[in-house]
Amino acid sequence: MARIDLVDLAHSYGGNAAPPESFALKPVTMTWRQGGAYALLGPSGCGKTTLLNLISGIVTPSRGKILFNGKDITPLSTQKRNIAQVFQFPVIYDTMTVGQNLAFPLNNRGVPKAEVEARVRQIADLLDLTPYLKRKATRLTADAKQKISLGRGLVRSDVAAVLFDEPLTVIDPELKWQLRSKLKALHRELDLTMIYVTHDQTEALTFADTVVVMHDGRVVQSGTPAELFDKPAHTFVGYFIGSPGMNIVPAEVSGREARIDGHVISLRRNYGVLPAGKKIEIGVRPEFVDVSPPTPGLLSATIERIDDLGRIQFARVRVGDAKFAARVPPGFTASGNSAGLIFDPAHVHVYADSHLVEGGA
Amino acid sequence: MDKIVNQKAWFLVLPVFLVVAFSAILPLMTVVNYSMQDTFGNNQFFWNGVGWFKELLDPSTDLGGRFLASLGRNLLFSAIILTIQVPLGIVVALSMPREGWSVAACLVILALPLLIPWNVVGTIWQIFGRPDIGLLGYTLNSLGIDYNYVSNDFDAWVTVIVMDVWHWTSLVALLCYAGLKSIPDAYYQAAQIDGASRWAVFRAIQLPKMNRVLLIAVLLRFMDSFMIYTEPFVVTGGGPGNSTTFVSIELVKIALGQFDLGKAAALSLVYNLIILIVCWVFYTVMTNAGAERKAAPESEAALEPKPAAGLKPVGVLKPKEGVA
Repeated sequence: MARIDLVDLAHSYGGNAAPPESFALKPVTMTWRQGGAYALLGPSGCGKTTLLNLISGIVTPSRGKILFNGKDITPLSTQKRNIAQVFQFPVIYDTMTVGQNLAFPLNNRGVPKAEVEARVRQIADLLDLTPYLKRKATRLTADAKQKISLGRGLVRSDVAAVLFDEPLTVIDPELKWQLRSKLKALHRELDLTMIYVTHDQTEALTFADTVVVMHDGRVVQSGTPAELFDKPAHTFVGYFIGSPGMNIVPAEVSGREARIDGHVISLRRNYGVLPAGKKIEIGVRPEFVDVSPPTPGLLSATIERIDDLGRIQFARVRVGDAKFAARVPPGFTASGNSAGLIFDPAHVHVYADSHLVEGGA
Repeated sequence: MDKIVNQKAWFLVLPVFLVVAFSAILPLMTVVNYSMQDTFGNNQFFWNGVGWFKELLDPSTDLGGRFLASLGRNLLFSAIILTIQVPLGIVVALSMPREGWSVAACLVILALPLLIPWNVVGTIWQIFGRPDIGLLGYTLNSLGIDYNYVSNDFDAWVTVIVMDVWHWTSLVALLCYAGLKSIPDAYYQAAQIDGASRWAVFRAIQLPKMNRVLLIAVLLRFMDSFMIYTEPFVVTGGGPGNSTTFVSIELVKIALGQFDLGKAAALSLVYNLIILIVCWVFYTVMTNAGAERKAAPESEAALEPKPAAGLKPVGVLKPKEGVA
């Protein structure tokens, strides 16, 4: 159990001399607090697995330091780091029983036998593996095998953190949901720091209390699911989180007004004069844009289609060259395919070169 | 439904049948024919029934005594070869680099002995071990070790065994290396995370994953060492005395030295049968040992519904997924 600090941590598989832009992980400084449930979220190839492997010591960083409780552990090997990791594909030791598999990390560290047994029983109980304990670990289904891998990760009580590298990829969707809630329950029960890598936003948002979004080797935002949803710090976060993602359209912004296609949208904050030469965009979640019958004074749009998601309907509309997703309020009936858009000014954000601009009062 | 009967399909099998007949069945039946007869040359044959086989298995006769003695030597030889080469091959494979240019270098060096023809290997060691001009023999003798494979049984055995280890350990090592290479990195990473020692990694990951290639290695090395002929023949000629006369050397002595075609044919058949049976036993035992581990959970498959029942609520919970 520990607080984990990353100090200027960066890694390139091409060595330290590689050009900065080619780094798999660009320099990052951040803190993971003890007992937190974190999700590392990002598309494939964004550096999240690299970051995880750096923390566990499978990969040695090109630059920077990793501190556990303030102690620099960067040069230490994986074995000495006191960390547990669960991989994407189940790793089980074929010749052992399920019970021996679970006991393996403890036995390797010379934990007393009685303690090993108690701990194995507890973990097996939590993961519903008890009926299998005496069975050979081969020929089990993929999800049973992955549960064993999870169990091996959770069985040590003294670890600084448990790292999960997309552990539910091989699991059937329905079992996935169940295992994820199980992990969440385990997190509460065992008081372990957990870092969970995934590219699935549902998985990240349901598991974690802090979601760290990565994009192109950088940490672009870390915050609670609500923060990520309400106030994305980067257009990528807005786009990546939420379904459909945030509407991001080029606009001219000055003071409390944004201009799209000549139409003025009022803003809640004052942005003054934004620096020239930057790409200015506004971002607004589809949930905060309503379509309405075409009315003078509203931004007029062309409805291309309406997606019915069951509880909610989203209209895909076009304004000039820009595409929008917008909420269809209950009772709305389209007359033809033209419509007006109503923006909720509190939720319209301004981005300069993809980064959020904090407006003044 | 009317089934169309077309016997012409048999013609498709005919070429294979002919090839097999001329390459395997006819020569084999010739040997079977010889094994039942006696001949004094001139292409004159006399019927002997199972006489040669009886003699072969009776240690009190000349033929039986020679056969059983050489068979014993051969089994001992194969046992020694397997006990040395299999562990040694594993050790070599484990100590090979996993990536980089040195992999190619190691593979080439390992493959070299395998590329040398049998009688050349024999000649190399025959000269290498000579006490008068051979580097090995001369060095050992000048160190005060009385080494002479021509006059000392033990030295002859040591020479033949070391020669075979030198020639064939590479094969075992290469097979094991292939087995090791097929283990995904995640296994090693997981073992690191689990704090496994080097020995634990070997026991829990590497050895089980090498199971299959080791089976092949043991089979190949057994067959080859049991059939060994050229190298000991070139080095020791089966001597001193008969101490390194293995079954195949005995067979050639009888067939070509004495021209006893009947005895030699009977011996060939029995020899062949022994190899077949031993290989079959090896194969069955080793695949069963592997299958047992895998089959065991399956036999418990009847228990499956119980834990599955515990997981049943999943279906009930499923609709909530959308809400979550």
